[in-house]
Amino acid sequence: MDFDFLRQTLLLLVAGVPLLLQLAFFSIAAGAALAVLLALMRLSGNPMLDHAARSYVFVFRGTPLLVQIFLIYYGLGQFPEIRQSFAWPFLREPYWCALLALTLNTAAYSSEIIRGGILSVPFGQIEAARACGMSRSLIFRRITVPQGLRVALPAYGNEIILMTRSTALASVITLMEVTGIASKIISETFRAVEVFICAGAIYLILNFAISRAIALLERRLSPQTREPAAPANVPEPAR
Amino acid sequence: MIDYVDLMGFGPKGWGWLMLQAALMTIAVSGTAFALGSALGALIAWARIEGNRLLRIAADAYTTVLRGIPDLLVIFLLYFGGSEALTALAHALGAKGFVGVNAFTAGAIAVGIISGAYQSEIFRGAYQAIARGELEAARAVGMPRWLLFRRIIVPQALRFAIPGLGNVWQLALKESALISVVGLTEILRQAQVGAGSTRQPFAFFITAAALYLVLSTLSGWGFQRAEAVGMRGVRRS
Amino acid sequence: MKLSKILAAALVASMWVISGASAQPKDWSTIKIATEGAYKPWNFTDSSGKLIGFEIDLAEDLCKRMKAKCEIVAQAFDGVIPALNAGKFDAIMAGMNITDKRKEAIAFTQTYGRTPSTFAVLKSNALAKLPEAGKVYSLNADGVVAAEKSLNDLKPMLKGKVIGVQTSTAQANFLEKYFKDVIEIRQYKTTEQHDLDLAAGRVDAVFASISYLKSVVEAPENKEMMFAGPRYGGGALGFGVAVGLRKSDPELLAKFDAAVVAAVADGTVKTLSMKWFGFDVTPVR
Repeated sequence: MDFDFLRQTLLLLVAGVPLLLQLAFFSIAAGAALAVLLALMRLSGNPMLDHAARSYVFVFRGTPLLVQIFLIYYGLGQFPEIRQSFAWPFLREPYWCALLALTLNTAAYSSEIIRGGILSVPFGQIEAARACGMSRSLIFRRITVPQGLRVALPAYGNEIILMTRSTALASVITLMEVTGIASKIISETFRAVEVFICAGAIYLILNFAISRAIALLERRLSPQTREPAAPANVPEPAR
Repeated sequence: MIDYVDLMGFGPKGWGWLMLQAALMTIAVSGTAFALGSALGALIAWARIEGNRLLRIAADAYTTVLRGIPDLLVIFLLYFGGSEALTALAHALGAKGFVGVNAFTAGAIAVGIISGAYQSEIFRGAYQAIARGELEAARAVGMPRWLLFRRIIVPQALRFAIPGLGNVWQLALKESALISVVGLTEILRQAQVGAGSTRQPFAFFITAAALYLVLSTLSGWGFQRAEAVGMRGVRRS
Repeated sequence: MKLSKILAAALVASMWVISGASAQPKDWSTIKIATEGAYKPWNFTDSSGKLIGFEIDLAEDLCKRMKAKCEIVAQAFDGVIPALNAGKFDAIMAGMNITDKRKEAIAFTQTYGRTPSTFAVLKSNALAKLPEAGKVYSLNADGVVAAEKSLNDLKPMLKGKVIGVQTSTAQANFLEKYFKDVIEIRQYKTTEQHDLDLAAGRVDAVFASISYLKSVVEAPENKEMMFAGPRYGGGALGFGVAVGLRKSDPELLAKFDAAVVAAVADGTVKTLSMKWFGFDVTPVR
């Protein structure tokens, strides 16, 4: 056990964590926004919107993320039309390509999760709200979102952990997040197993922290599953 | 458009045959991985249900670790570290020399191990969906454990597991694309070779995406059919 | 389920896995050689997926001399040394240069080919005007002073540029050593990937061996590409391409060495070199 080497490797790998977190955070956030849009499209009742959203989800869930990354990075870069367009300053950089691919991918999965959450709200509540004259946006904000969020959270938490793992694929388009740095170290020291074990440890710690945070959020959102608070010391009423 | 047909067709310059062969390789490696994952998943599920404390902790650690690190790392670790481990095992069993593991075996084992973690969850959930009463009754009449497993648990658990297994199969199909980074000539690797050779990455990666879509759609239909067969006679609410 | 049944199943499974693997005899009558398969014209694949190239032909010749049966397999370049040490194959012939760093991990035979490395750029890029185009510098002890001076002269023009290079190569080490804080180095898994990005304008230049870049620059679809700047060899860029072997196999090293020296001496290397490169890469002694 060469602890010295392991320690040095860990220090080098940790430098990749900020990029990893950036990629994960922004793709999840942007993906969530797109996912809400997609979910609403599917629930809108308009057959064209529904079909468009379903096709999007079908394509992005049916193909591997790695293929999507290569398509966006190398595939789009092939066309002179794209290279001269306004999008090129972004698509030129591997960072934005990776972010785009991750966002589009997570949006597809998340839209199904969010749709499930929205549909889980008992229809009776929606009917009652409409009967009281609540506007659609008010219903969405006050009835659907709080309850839907609670149902969707476990599955969405899973998705967040999956996305954090998926950022490792950005290393195949030259991005130096943790896996990219690990590959570079191996190409210089030829000690593959030790370096990858260090990298794995970093991912495990990160994922552990994230799943704890999500579990905490779940508990806060579901008061009925918490233990009852200790009974307050109510003084006997005076006889 | 004509260029695309030329490129992907089955003519002398066409890459069509190579892409189809690669698709067969994808099916082969995903299938092997899935089968391995089923065996592992059943083992882990059993450890979590019936095992003693030590087994349960080990099973939990297995699922936690494999769902917490990127699939890419598992594949790399097995590819580089696996040969050393297997060589050691072979030496212990009396073989001589080095034991080399090719990319197919390393990839299938890697994806299989990851798949096992997911499948164990599915099997565990499916087992818990079986009516307790049936298990109690079987034990009450003195059914031996193996018969109980074979006749009561497996048929019913499989029926409940099919939707979840369908999902895990799709996952295995997509994870097989990662094995391209250790050199296995499945769909994505073939697409990369073609793209580099002809400087037409878009055509090749779109074809790769289309192939995966076809595979995943066909699998989806297959599993829907299996579910219909499995749920025959079960009253649905 | 009885524990014994599980153990039996596991044993059977591991037997199956091992049978999917292969054990190598130590008499070296069969040798497994790894190459990359994506480094034209040293080693690449034709449209049917078959491995061809200078090193494939040379490997067949060397094996004939060693009276051994050779199997050539493809392996990604950045993992080839760990894979060799893990026992996946017995030798590496992948356009791999002898460098001090690599000598710490594996053993090398005598070199069978030596070419300098240079930059390739798009004609429209500012770097097309790099000075001293085509001038050859040696980074070995005899010429390192002049070479390092020319490298320093390049720095102002290179500042802030993005240069692509294949990961794990001597060229990558060279860029890291001399231009680390001057340029942004992008490391790619294969040379084809950095060529694609050069064509797309994502990198200002790529840095690779002339023997490889010649086939790229001369390809009809790459009319926009050209060589730029001086050419460097030796030192951090290695002392020539040779066969890589495990340090624990000295007998195999001796066999390969004898074969390589013979192939260089009787002109086989030169013939193959003219066939694949159009120029002679035989190392000058």
